[in-house]
Amino acid sequence: MMAQAFAERLRAALPGVALSPRTESGLMPAMVLAVSAADWAALGTAAHALGARWAACWVDPEPDHWRAWVLYEQGGAYVLAQTLLDPRAPRLPSLAAVYAAADRPERAIRDLLGVDFEGHPDARRWLRHQAWRAQEHPLRPEQPLAGAPPARAPADTGYPFRRIAGDAVHEVAVGPIHAGTIEPGHFRFAAVGEQALTLETRLGYTHRGVEKLAVGRDAEGLLRLAARVAGDSTVAHAWAACMAMERAAGCAVPARALALRALLAERERVANHLGDVGGIANDVGFSFAQMQFGALRERWQRRSAVLFGHRLLMDALCAGGVRTDLDLAGTQALLQDHARLRAELAPLVDILLDHPSLEDRLVGAGVLGTADARALGCLGYLGRASGLAFDLRRDAPYPPYDRLPVRVPLYDSGDVAARMRVRLDEIDVALELMDTLLAALPPGPVSTHWEAPPAGARGLGLVEGWRGETLAFVRFGADGRVARYAPRDPGVFAWPALERLLPGNIIPDFPVCNKSVNGSYAGGDL
Amino acid sequence: MLRILHRVITTGTLTEPLDTSASLESLGIEVRRTLGARYAGSFAIRHVDAGSCNGCELEIHALGNPYHDLERFGVRFVASPRHADALLVTGVVSRHMQEALLRAHAAMAKPGLVIAAGACACDGGEFGANYASLGAVANVLPVDVRIPGCPPPPALLLRGLLAALGRATP
Ligand code: SF4
Repeated sequence: MMAQAFAERLRAALPGVALSPRTESGLMPAMVLAVSAADWAALGTAAHALGARWAACWVDPEPDHWRAWVLYEQGGAYVLAQTLLDPRAPRLPSLAAVYAAADRPERAIRDLLGVDFEGHPDARRWLRHQAWRAQEHPLRPEQPLAGAPPARAPADTGYPFRRIAGDAVHEVAVGPIHAGTIEPGHFRFAAVGEQALTLETRLGYTHRGVEKLAVGRDAEGLLRLAARVAGDSTVAHAWAACMAMERAAGCAVPARALALRALLAERERVANHLGDVGGIANDVGFSFAQMQFGALRERWQRRSAVLFGHRLLMDALCAGGVRTDLDLAGTQALLQDHARLRAELAPLVDILLDHPSLEDRLVGAGVLGTADARALGCLGYLGRASGLAFDLRRDAPYPPYDRLPVRVPLYDSGDVAARMRVRLDEIDVALELMDTLLAALPPGPVSTHWEAPPAGARGLGLVEGWRGETLAFVRFGADGRVARYAPRDPGVFAWPALERLLPGNIIPDFPVCNKSVNGSYAGGDL
Repeated sequence: MLRILHRVITTGTLTEPLDTSASLESLGIEVRRTLGARYAGSFAIRHVDAGSCNGCELEIHALGNPYHDLERFGVRFVASPRHADALLVTGVVSRHMQEALLRAHAAMAKPGLVIAAGACACDGGEFGANYASLGAVANVLPVDVRIPGCPPPPALLLRGLLAALGRATP
């Protein structure tokens, strides 16, 4: 087993450290490594030295003690490190100095649960603005969901942005409300003339209390919430949450349901990529492509509404399967759609890849190097445009991808053009995958009876969403109620990447750089 | 260039007529009258995401695609609330957006309409009010028009926006 070999390598790298690798059915295929808090940083350093990726961190306030988890990945093998914390004074060595990707997630945990990350290089708050006080930690079990917020929370104007000194340097502050129809966030540029020297993003504006709201819900209620973590990734988050709950409960999902879930996930990928390619073109003034891709996306969404009951595919999954079956007529309609989309895309792609004024704006804009992308844990199209090929569907395949050949497009120029190109290629791959799935849809039911597991059962869900590896951790409490839900959207890694790739570009190119990266606000703010 | 022109010509016009139901037709007439009389033929909307999951935004984007072509009604999205006749609010109002939303509303010329779009904005949806969220927009601002749905599909958004216009009597 790959995970076992990865765990062994970690053990070999840390002689004298007590690591007890074990498996837990709900957390498979990851291997669990229990370490003491004192060895937490040593394990992180060893993982980093082995070239492993820091994938996620969450803290679970269990009834007797708190448990911290970090997920590491290397070549498709997963190791879950865990350690116990004292709820009266939860503290843990920070990994942010080793893994830049851990920086903001650790700050978010510090805000929500009051875990002291020792040695964290950044003492500033992240998800907390002015709606609750520094000593309040809303995700702690004793805190009521309602909290004790002020009647009118003031704007977070005192947030200490990094300052860049210099004669000609000026600051440009943008947001939280942006010029277009976009999610809210704040961007602080330091610029000389038109050229950006630095960018700092400040998010948390759409913090809605997702993790707190999950506590006490049953499976169905949790899925309604998971479907709304990020509206553009509703299938990805719902599938990850389903997978976590089903693994926790040992629920065997029928093959037909798994095939349909993959179909839905690929449909979500295509819809988002169509929208993004049009959006990228539009941000450099090429509205022709925006209109064309907008029309393609609209037709795609309409088909989703007809066959699956929702234009964005919300609430299409249920614990144990999917809600809607696909009949023969539906299958035929989809196959025809795919052929038509291919035929319509081909000439458009020709234009996009061979239009001088587009090339002028997209090639060489917003370059993210491979080393930076790796250091920041970039996933999905963002990683694949910068030389990182990781794709769960191929490298750690879960059913039904374990019997499907998944091509992974890879570019290394790391610019806006590459991020657009990856999306176009991925539409192709998705169409192929869907054709293969539809050609051999397994017969049988589309869901199985869901029975919640006993208290204490926990599960991990990992799926390749359209932005990349999408994670959900679920622990059940009594009566089939969720005690902890920790989702991690791949879009959280996009913001530090945007900060890294922007300097040297002109501020007017920020929109297209931002669109090409397309991080999730809602998915990270929770 | 020729390829682009060829594509434009072969694509033709995708824009769909409004739903042919009688109520919408009369709505159309009313809208045109109101637009002409009160807004000089143009209605400007400032959208504010006050704490959405981004689903509502995707459908608002779809209003601009060739099938819906919102601008044919003289309705368009503007960057500044100062240019806006209406605030279109999506999402619950997160406490972190409360102040920004109130300021955007205050910056609008009076009388400005407030349109709440989506289940979250209408009644709190899946999130409701809690330590981080104020729930429905009406908990923060007086709301003139509600457009339900999670998210409201573009046809419904269109209808809701036009209804807002029709409702806007001096
Ligand atoms: S109404 Fe639905 S789609 Fe819109 S923001 Fe709320 S959860 Fe998202």
